[in-house]
Amino acid sequence: MSKKKIYSLKLFLLVLPFIILVLLFSYYPLYGWMYAFYDYKPPKTLSNCPFVGFKWFESLVSSETKVQQIIQVLKNTFAMSGLTLGTSWLPMLFAVFLNEIRGVKFRKFVQTVTTLPNFVSWVMVYSIAFSLFNSTGMLNSLLLKSGVIDQPILFLQSSSHVWFTQWLWLTWKNLGWAAIMYIAAISSIDDEMIQAARVDGATRMQIIRHITIPSLLPTYFVLLVLNVANFLNNGMEQYYVFQNAFNKEYIQVLDLYVYNMAMGSGGYSVSVAISMLKSLVSVVLLVIVNGASKRIRGESIL
Amino acid sequence: MGHSNEKGSTIKVSAGDRTVEIVCYIVFSIAAFLCLYPFYYIVINTISANDLSAKGDILFWPQGIHFKNYLSAFRIDGLLRAFQISLMRTVIGTALTVFASAFLGFMFTQEKMWLRKFWYRLIVATMYFNAGIIPWFLVMKTMHLTNNFWGYILPAIVSPFNLILTKTFVESVPKELQEAAEMDGAGVLTVFFRIIIPVIKPIMATVAIFSAVSQWNAFQDTLLLMTDTKLYPLQFVLYQYLNQASSLASLAQSNTSTSSLAAAAATTQTTTSVRMTITVIVVLPIMLVYPIFQKYFVKGIMIGAVKG
Repeated sequence: MSKKKIYSLKLFLLVLPFIILVLLFSYYPLYGWMYAFYDYKPPKTLSNCPFVGFKWFESLVSSETKVQQIIQVLKNTFAMSGLTLGTSWLPMLFAVFLNEIRGVKFRKFVQTVTTLPNFVSWVMVYSIAFSLFNSTGMLNSLLLKSGVIDQPILFLQSSSHVWFTQWLWLTWKNLGWAAIMYIAAISSIDDEMIQAARVDGATRMQIIRHITIPSLLPTYFVLLVLNVANFLNNGMEQYYVFQNAFNKEYIQVLDLYVYNMAMGSGGYSVSVAISMLKSLVSVVLLVIVNGASKRIRGESIL
Repeated sequence: MGHSNEKGSTIKVSAGDRTVEIVCYIVFSIAAFLCLYPFYYIVINTISANDLSAKGDILFWPQGIHFKNYLSAFRIDGLLRAFQISLMRTVIGTALTVFASAFLGFMFTQEKMWLRKFWYRLIVATMYFNAGIIPWFLVMKTMHLTNNFWGYILPAIVSPFNLILTKTFVESVPKELQEAAEMDGAGVLTVFFRIIIPVIKPIMATVAIFSAVSQWNAFQDTLLLMTDTKLYPLQFVLYQYLNQASSLASLAQSNTSTSSLAAAAATTQTTTSVRMTITVIVVLPIMLVYPIFQKYFVKGIMIGAVKG
């Protein structure tokens, strides 16, 4: 073997341990999809469980109640993702108007304070929600004192407006952080263009509409496309910590449903089957939106 | 940008522009209040008289200030251990992730590596697919990483996002630095430790801070992997307390016989005081670290945005 070849292999061997980690923790779980084709019962190993083919996939559409349940879960998923997608312009607006504030100190303060919630975990957010909105929490105490109500309202145990309140929490946590990218993009806008517009007598709103926002749209579009690709991936942490017996019907998104099915009722195989379908749909979505992005903007996002 | 350049110009601010600015000030003040008040509310409740905070009487300023809650919090069964677990996973996890990201970021700029592009893509591709949590849990179980501290650490070591960050940064380092060192006979590892690490420290700080926050905040991996209470981190213990409010009172070192006295009632632990005190203990490190390292976060998200 030539010296060059040996050196090139040596470089590879140095990264090999890390590649093995990636194979183990990101690729090997794909092998876990096998469980969807077996009747897996936890204490046994997979080889001791009977092969059942597509039984679990068929079971998803076999009974009326099952179909009802899955439709509700899909509704929840679509509603939560839809709300996020429909308001995905909010961070852009946040950045644009924050930029209109002249006081640098105030601007920095707002930026720091509004990005803070992004760095606390969902458990923390739930703890905060609990403190503010439980029966002796801030809001109830305030409403009781002012005589608006005479019985505490159980906000967190309510089954109404679940989609909306979950969207509110998500926005509270993410808005400031999501705006940072736009804030940075605004600072790279050509200043002369804005000056020229101003000399021509443009008002602030006109500058925002005709210069600032158009120059932010490419960033917005990329993020929007990624959002679409992640339509089915809401994650489960937020919904898991907020779920309770009262709101369960409306809070179960696909990711949480998969978890509850497996860990709650031991239906490992069937939940792997759902996971599998979900992952496949996500990859297809990603390929489609990436293709669309290439077509429309001549630019791939991957 | 903005109005900073306007001082020298002769253009007057129109009434409409003025209104825009006033509305902005009001809206952003409300936004800042909404983000800050919940934290403030919890903090003032933990240092106020516990009987008042349990009734929800503490709304805007603390009353009957005392700090007993923080002293007694660490006497709660299991809390100190949870704190140690949180700290250990944050420190070990961060150290390994930072090293792996820096090393891989550098190695994947080495064009001579065998199948370099393929391996790089193999890692980055994991950003875009996901087997799902249950398949992940099942293979973690077959690898005996359930109820095992390393289950927190090993899966997090290689992160495609961090790899992209560091590789982008290493690419901006002049190639001549490495070439000059190699002329002097330095091997690839010497180049990495002596030449590269000192120049990529800023991006290592960014990776460190992202990694530390995600380790400190992690909750889902405990939920999936751990049933051994000895391995529960703070986040998980707090979650349990939130859900078992009734058993809380017995966990707290409360003494019912003295709680009838008004003075004792103010410092006797209640479910509310315990819950809020733990919340502050868990949030505090983030509150302290975040403003200092904000610029690193911003840098991280910017590089990620350009590349991602």
